[in-house]
Amino acid sequence: MKKRKERIDRGIKARSEDVFALSSFREMLYLLAPRALPVLGLLVFAPLLGAYWREILMSTAIYALLAMSWDMLVSVGLISLGQSLFYGIGSYVAGSLNHYLSWPPILTIPAATVLGGLICTLFLLPVVRLRGIYFAMVTLVLPLMLLRLVEATRILGGTEGLTGLDPFPGQLTAWYVLQAAVLVTLFGFRRLMGSDYGLIIKGIDDSDRSVMSAGINIHWYKAQVLFLGASVGSFAGACGTHLDMFAGMPGFALDYSIMPIAAAVVGGAGTFAGPLLGAFILVPLSEILRALGALRIVFYGVFLVIFVVVLPEGIFHYCRRKYHQIERWVEVE
Amino acid sequence: MFLGTIVYGFINSAILALLSMGFNLTFGISGVANFAYGAVYIFSGFLAWILMHSWGVPYFISVLAAIFCSGCVGILMYYVVIIRVKGLSLSEVMATFGIGMAVMELFRYFDFVGFRYTLPVFVDGSLSFGEVYIDYQRVLIALIAVCLTGFIYVFTHHTRVGLAFRAIAQDERTALTFGIDSDRIGAFSMAFGSALAAVAAIVILPLGTIAVEGGYEVLINALAVCIVGGLGSTVGILVASVLIGYAQTFTANYLEPHWMILVSLIAIAVVLTVKPSGLFGRQKELEERI
Amino acid sequence: MSSETPLLQVKDLSKSFGGVMAVASVSFDLKRGELLGIIGPNGSGKTTLVNLITGFVKSDTGRILYEGRDITGWPPYKVVDLGIARTFQMVRPFYQLPAFKNLIVPLCSPRVKKLAGGRYGDRDAVALDLLEEVGFERDAFVSYKLAGALPQGYLKRLELAKSMALRPDLFILDELFSGLSLAEVAGIVPIIEKMRIQGKTIIMIEHRLKELFRIADRVMVLNYGVKIAEGQAQEVMEDEAVKKAYLGSEG
Ligand SMILES: Nc1ncnc2c1ncn2[C@@H]1O[C@H](COP(=O)(O)OP(=O)(O)O)[C@@H](O)[C@H]1O
Ligand SMILES: [Mg+2]
Repeated sequence: MKKRKERIDRGIKARSEDVFALSSFREMLYLLAPRALPVLGLLVFAPLLGAYWREILMSTAIYALLAMSWDMLVSVGLISLGQSLFYGIGSYVAGSLNHYLSWPPILTIPAATVLGGLICTLFLLPVVRLRGIYFAMVTLVLPLMLLRLVEATRILGGTEGLTGLDPFPGQLTAWYVLQAAVLVTLFGFRRLMGSDYGLIIKGIDDSDRSVMSAGINIHWYKAQVLFLGASVGSFAGACGTHLDMFAGMPGFALDYSIMPIAAAVVGGAGTFAGPLLGAFILVPLSEILRALGALRIVFYGVFLVIFVVVLPEGIFHYCRRKYHQIERWVEVE
Repeated sequence: MFLGTIVYGFINSAILALLSMGFNLTFGISGVANFAYGAVYIFSGFLAWILMHSWGVPYFISVLAAIFCSGCVGILMYYVVIIRVKGLSLSEVMATFGIGMAVMELFRYFDFVGFRYTLPVFVDGSLSFGEVYIDYQRVLIALIAVCLTGFIYVFTHHTRVGLAFRAIAQDERTALTFGIDSDRIGAFSMAFGSALAAVAAIVILPLGTIAVEGGYEVLINALAVCIVGGLGSTVGILVASVLIGYAQTFTANYLEPHWMILVSLIAIAVVLTVKPSGLFGRQKELEERI
Repeated sequence: MSSETPLLQVKDLSKSFGGVMAVASVSFDLKRGELLGIIGPNGSGKTTLVNLITGFVKSDTGRILYEGRDITGWPPYKVVDLGIARTFQMVRPFYQLPAFKNLIVPLCSPRVKKLAGGRYGDRDAVALDLLEEVGFERDAFVSYKLAGALPQGYLKRLELAKSMALRPDLFILDELFSGLSLAEVAGIVPIIEKMRIQGKTIIMIEHRLKELFRIADRVMVLNYGVKIAEGQAQEVMEDEAVKKAYLGSEG
């Protein structure tokens, strides 16, 4: 008796987003489940965790934000090797406002989101005009140089950094702020990229001359995307600062660059859900592997290479395909 | 003081040029940006150290072996990783970045940290130059930088292989129709660039210790010089090295040493706003010829 | 603006690429409603001329005036905003998108928004209408197919539709017919004739002389970046220099 593998595509009707011909409860569930999963997971169940894991999940959320910000930049063809630039700037802006002007976190975080986004956009605006690897080069160099600038000139607290900053009003508040931010970013970015605006963004990445000939100022759009990505990254930095009650040089360090990229690539770039998934796999994993010390970064590096070279699709795309398809063995005579 | 600044500025420039040459050359020949460059640099330093101190191999042989092995590492990287993502420049960037990161942190994990990791100088002693004293190692650095630059210029502009490289860099598809094997050249470019990184490491590392941070530092410096000079241009690299090198030395001597880092930052900021593709860069703004 | 001012004036335009003079001191005028054909052997600088006018390439010397206004050195998006739309010789649609989604990008442009008085309306519907206009059969649902799955003839029409979506006054069509069969060309010619009836001004770059001469008011010939002749189709083809350029390039 022979068997062959049969593959059925489930719910093409339910999936094609323009046609809302939902006929049964099952179909609705089928569509809603993947969207409800992160919401329920983050907002309802996770608070039940112990304090230790909650803490880890908060830093996971910060990395997830950085990873989604990275993904946003990728969607317009900009590869950033320096997410720590966004993190560090956001962190220092929030830290300075809190330290020097005594603004409470409720003000510093929004201010750092906007200001940080603007500062980073201004820094990187000239490079956005160039194609290819220039953006990667500059984003890699800038945070590391800023780090040494802080160290050398002893501005903003120098090597000690700004310490004793105000914490969040409570751990649960911090938790909900972060998870809400993750969800808003996830669904907001996905929505944006699904709209006509997203079509333009992807068009710029795909063939910039076509978009230019359509009467669209591609540099302006790239600047907008850069600002969006940088603000989300700065927001992550501002939150991280108030969580740690500290803003300092580690904010510019490579950890905040390599981890989000690895998360995004492992999860699957271009979907925002992929980077989120990647962060929720890699960060807790690295927490478990804490004893390994420097070896963790080795793992990120190796993961990054393997996924870029062998599995460029990422985990999320794979899961999505499997979710929509049913595979089974059937008998053939 | 002034004469000293001039001399040390020159040596500083030579160091910068040496550090960035390999990265630039690989990119200039095959369009591959090797972000594992810093890792190759410290790899060759540690390799030479291990050969000399753990295995007792004589200096010259260790040095040659380190340079040779670095070249091989370049080839290996090309055939194992880069070739699979060739042409997808963003994947190339991330893959080489990941490799570099992994290698450097691996050294940290195996505890290659400390003052004992130093390479010996080539010859001891120093030279007086009016009232300025410079050690022979620094003279050697300057000499090697000058020779290598000359060699690379002649090689890429006046030999057949070099011209083939430039043809590939300019238009891969046309070059292919003339029977030039782009993979062999890509591998060669990686080997060449990595070997240059090793040469730089062998002559520059004796001035300090071999440290993992040094790898990152080298990558930053190489990138900074390339950004200012313009990626892929040998002349640009030289001009940028001299500019940044002298500016740093002058700042260090006449202002304060800790302002040095500011010089590179300002140079990058100014160049990026005035001419984003670098002083001698020809980076296209548009995706393709239309 | 007096009716005598030409719609487009090009004065002494030059561009060289590392020693190669791609366009050398080319001047010409274009009246409103005219159809100007530009012909010339391969590599004679026709595409470069288009790139110069539409701002994709910056000129070395010379000036470009549109409705009397100097637009030299303007970036492409501003040029389009004035009402100049171009097509590309080498089509490059967004392959992973359905054909009609390719038109969304031009339909999002500031110019379309301005013409529509700030309201976009249903872009998908507009896109589908436009594609039907250029001959995408609605019954066969061609517009919904992925652009990557369409044959060359449709891609060229798609390219044309993209420029029409911008509702320009001046079309610049770069070798729209090249690579198409006679039947396919015959399908596109009526679209261009219809555009003329609507009073659009058109510059057509073409190798298919027969089809071009049937619809062009005036023809200009480039060779090695230099304008060697201009006038009625008949006169131009009699010209000795033109004969030599064409025979030379073929022989
Ligand atoms: N971006 C460019 N870089 C270098 N040379 C170019 C570029 N664009 C065009 N050229 C050169 O300019 C000349 C004219 O090309 P082109 O305008 O494409 O001719 P045509 O469209 O008439 O066939 C050719 O010699 C071509 O090689
Ligand atoms: Mg052409």
